[in-house]
Amino acid sequence: MIEGIGVFDVLAVSTIIFFVGLFGFVTRKNMISLLISIELMLNSVALNFVVFNKFLYPGNIQGYIFTLFLIAVAAAEVALAIAIIISFYRMDNSIDADEMDSLSG
Amino acid sequence: MNNFLLMRDEFVLLGIILLLLVVEILLTDKDKKNVVGIATGLFALHTAFGFMPLGEGSMFGGSFQTTHLHHNMKNILNVGVLILLLQTWTWARVKWSNRNRLTEFYIILFSTVLGMYYMISAGDFLMFFLGLELASLPVAGLVAFDLAKKRSAEAGVKFILMAGVSSAVMLFGISLIYGITGSIYFTEVAQSFHLTGLSAIALLMFMSGLAFKISLVPFHFWTPDVYEGAPVPVSSFLSVISKAAAVFAMILILFQIGKGMTTVWKPALFWLAILTMTVGNLFALRQKNMKRFLAFSSVAQAGFILMGILAFDEMGLTSVIYFSAIYIFSNLATFGVVQVISLKTGKEQMDDYNGLYRTNPKLALVMLLGLFSLAGIPPVAGFFGKFFLFMSAAAHNYYLLVIIGVINVTISLYYYLLVVRAMFLRKSDKPIAFFKNEWPVQIGLALSVIGILVLGMYSPFYEYILQLASN
Repeated sequence: MIEGIGVFDVLAVSTIIFFVGLFGFVTRKNMISLLISIELMLNSVALNFVVFNKFLYPGNIQGYIFTLFLIAVAAAEVALAIAIIISFYRMDNSIDADEMDSLSG
Repeated sequence: MNNFLLMRDEFVLLGIILLLLVVEILLTDKDKKNVVGIATGLFALHTAFGFMPLGEGSMFGGSFQTTHLHHNMKNILNVGVLILLLQTWTWARVKWSNRNRLTEFYIILFSTVLGMYYMISAGDFLMFFLGLELASLPVAGLVAFDLAKKRSAEAGVKFILMAGVSSAVMLFGISLIYGITGSIYFTEVAQSFHLTGLSAIALLMFMSGLAFKISLVPFHFWTPDVYEGAPVPVSSFLSVISKAAAVFAMILILFQIGKGMTTVWKPALFWLAILTMTVGNLFALRQKNMKRFLAFSSVAQAGFILMGILAFDEMGLTSVIYFSAIYIFSNLATFGVVQVISLKTGKEQMDDYNGLYRTNPKLALVMLLGLFSLAGIPPVAGFFGKFFLFMSAAAHNYYLLVIIGVINVTISLYYYLLVVRAMFLRKSDKPIAFFKNEWPVQIGLALSVIGILVLGMYSPFYEYILQLASN
């Protein structure tokens, strides 16, 4: 634990990262950027779990375990998302979210 | 060791998935389409086996719990999946017969169902989260299954991005709950989860993840696009099985951790219910594509389900489960007809259904019963499902909600009857020609019709759930 850094400092960082991700998800048009935004949000959650575990409940282990599972699931999610984005790219030659216009009504 | 048998349903389904992997290797290319029969047969056995009684208890320090109620929720899902598999028989054999990807479809579908089991039986947030992701990530693969179509890939991208962001919001909520209570087990969370500003935010963020799965307004934007772009069996799966599982999980978790927080989530669900019913109905009015139409109709139906959750007692729980079972059968009947017609003729617009009764009277009748049940017209089951939902909401003085619900039922009657009018009254120059379905598809459609009729007339089913719920 670093001297002078409390639980609220790290929570502020993780909250900022979360909302940066959410903002990016709403404003960006490139699908890879959208994925990066989702990753930012998930990583802020992981940070949250570790911080709560370390500062508030040092005797517990659930937060760490949750983080490990979270990282694995996030990796699976990104792999699948990129696979689908590639199959979209093959047909459209674009990964721009604005190009997705064949479904509407 | 005896305890492990509590996970019987999960183990059997996992066994089927592994067995299918072996089958995939053993079958030669010529025999690949036999996978359809093997997978459907295995799942039929699993469904029948699932009705054998199972004990109650918990495993892994409370991570996994099962009671007769959980077990019967899984049975309801099983029956739904079985009907869906029978209805997709022709789709799978004809459309994918000469490709090597047929087995994948069943493996992915069954893993999704496995995820739903864990989601329902979860005793802590970690198990719930893993179940939810297992139930929603593979579906993105199914949505994008039709690799030759741009629409399918586009729907897949939309689904997985929206699923990712909603599960991130939900996880942030869970991390806050962990920070507040210091535990991820529902039983321990319930003890120290009291009303503060932070816990209110945490609970609402957590619920928005489930709201995405149930596609409540304003988390419904993916629904029509994904239903339209995905192959019809997958849209059917999403609107029926996936939604019912998420409803079950939501009500079970709220019953476990929501007791001290009713002042937060009840008003939220109240407004969500009103919004979902109204918006779903109003958008359904102007749809011409059958898949989009059914998508918005399923959004509206989700709003009615929320009424039962709001009641928050045994009767509410019972009416939610009862309505979900009826909804599964009714929607499978309508989607089944849309599916066989889309497969035979490629037509998905409402106008294409003009004069269907003259050429295909049986299909038109199945569709009629399904739509009547969705609309809630008395002789069929849908009426009783809605009736019990309204009653449980009225018992807790949600009169405004009930009035708005009744108005919405009336609106929905109009657009369900539009389809009926097209099939029975309209004439068409080029009606859909008569065609005969293969026997498994016929059984699938017949089973859903039997479900609609029997659940409405046979009251012991309701009483049985009520008896389970009151424990």
